[in-house]
Amino acid sequence: MSKKALAGPYLVWMIGFTLIPLALVFYYGLTDASGAFTLENILAITSEERIGALWRSLKLSLFSTAACLLLAYPLAMILKGMSVSKNSFVVFVFILPMWMNFLLRTMAWQTLLDKNGVINSILGFFGLPGQNLINTQGAIVFGMVYNFLPFMVLPIYNALTKIGNDTIEAARDLGAGSLKTFTRIILPLSLPGIISGITMVFVPSLTTFVISDLLGGGMVLLIGNVIEQEFTFASNWNLGSGMSLVLMVFILISMAAFARYDKDGEGAAF
Amino acid sequence: MKKLWKRCYLALILIFLYAPIATLMVLSFNSSKFMSKWTGFSLKWYRQLFESPLILSALKNTLLIAVLSALISTVIGTLACIGISRMKKVPRTVFMGINNIPMLNAEIVTGVSLMLVFIATGMTLGFQTILIGHITFNIPYVVLSVMPKLKQTQKSTYEAALDLGATPLYAFFKVVFPDLLPGILSGFLMAFTMSLDDFIITHFVKGAGINTLSTLIYSEVRKGVRPSLYALSTIMFLAVFLLLVLANLPKKNRGGNS
Repeated sequence: MSKKALAGPYLVWMIGFTLIPLALVFYYGLTDASGAFTLENILAITSEERIGALWRSLKLSLFSTAACLLLAYPLAMILKGMSVSKNSFVVFVFILPMWMNFLLRTMAWQTLLDKNGVINSILGFFGLPGQNLINTQGAIVFGMVYNFLPFMVLPIYNALTKIGNDTIEAARDLGAGSLKTFTRIILPLSLPGIISGITMVFVPSLTTFVISDLLGGGMVLLIGNVIEQEFTFASNWNLGSGMSLVLMVFILISMAAFARYDKDGEGAAF
Repeated sequence: MKKLWKRCYLALILIFLYAPIATLMVLSFNSSKFMSKWTGFSLKWYRQLFESPLILSALKNTLLIAVLSALISTVIGTLACIGISRMKKVPRTVFMGINNIPMLNAEIVTGVSLMLVFIATGMTLGFQTILIGHITFNIPYVVLSVMPKLKQTQKSTYEAALDLGATPLYAFFKVVFPDLLPGILSGFLMAFTMSLDDFIITHFVKGAGINTLSTLIYSEVRKGVRPSLYALSTIMFLAVFLLLVLANLPKKNRGGNS
């Protein structure tokens, strides 16, 4: 028996529970209730409420991705500099929060961001005016950054630790300053990590419905909320699938970017 | 000076990551049901936790699904790695490409697509559909953590074992498996953690009448989550934290920690 056959169960599983389900989303998205072909479910995105939700999702997820990148890059550089043994401290610190339920962790920010919450008490202590932090679009971006930051830190950190110290020393020996070493050596070599981090933050931010539910107080509608409602309340699978297909256009764009920089499947987060 | 800045930055990020966890731990001892008021220390939520059949059954489902899905996905994923590593470049790229789909696809799309396939094939939504869903999103994590270890192993040692008369199975378990073990273990742990923390996919494939901790919490968000659930999360978090700290302690200190 060939060893290749060991991948058989995997192949069957992935076809049965990944590829066929996706094909089914296409089928439902492109047909109406009677099974006839239609583009109506896709064109439904142009209704004012839905297109608004899509723009809002795009805007908030771009903000959250940018914020994660800006926070994570220096952090990954610091972690690399600490020369801790790989896979112990760093992964430990960023995976451990997942052991407290993600919904509860996000809800806890309600308490912290609340009008009478901890953050406003601290502001008040310094004589600063209280801020209305909860139930805003800002609060949702904040929740996205909180939940998805580890997915940006880990791939960038992995990419940085792969850069050998001798490469950096060689650049130094050849006369490059700190800035030049960074822009010409470190940044280009860590690009695969950055791209995979961007994908891993952008996609869940774009498609979330939970964070907007928990921190937006039901007042901020994202495209994820639209799809979730079509499936759970309205039970209009055709429309929900159509909206999912619209969403998948953006997911495919980021997957294509990911695939370009991740030729041997090594750049992924873990 | 520069070092100080770095430490401050690291500390701020850690506060950011762990502030909500600390908040929940404190609130689990709050005698008030409301998140915004502290009315005194109390252990009543911990007591009520063990008296609530709803929470206990959700806990049972969560743990059972996490263990089973992590185990099954570890087996399927590890076997797949061995198979894929024997393939030529093109099929290997295709297989690894498929592997990326559940990882990069939006969870909401994975969730609804699984729900559609379960309903289309007439499966009742419940424990088994949640389990299948979790195995599906866990397999890629196992593959990604076992694959690099497999690439590091040297084919020649395995072949040497065969030349010396070992059967392929014996040679695999004696020579290759020990090298893969760290990858398999971290894949298992990752899968277990992802399963435990999942809400979105479970939400779509669970059906009525069954809850995991995540879906139970979500169903209580509108009317206010019972602090017993904070208490349970606190216990689970501390248990894992202690386990990981003990496992990472240097060997010589281990004896003193009983």
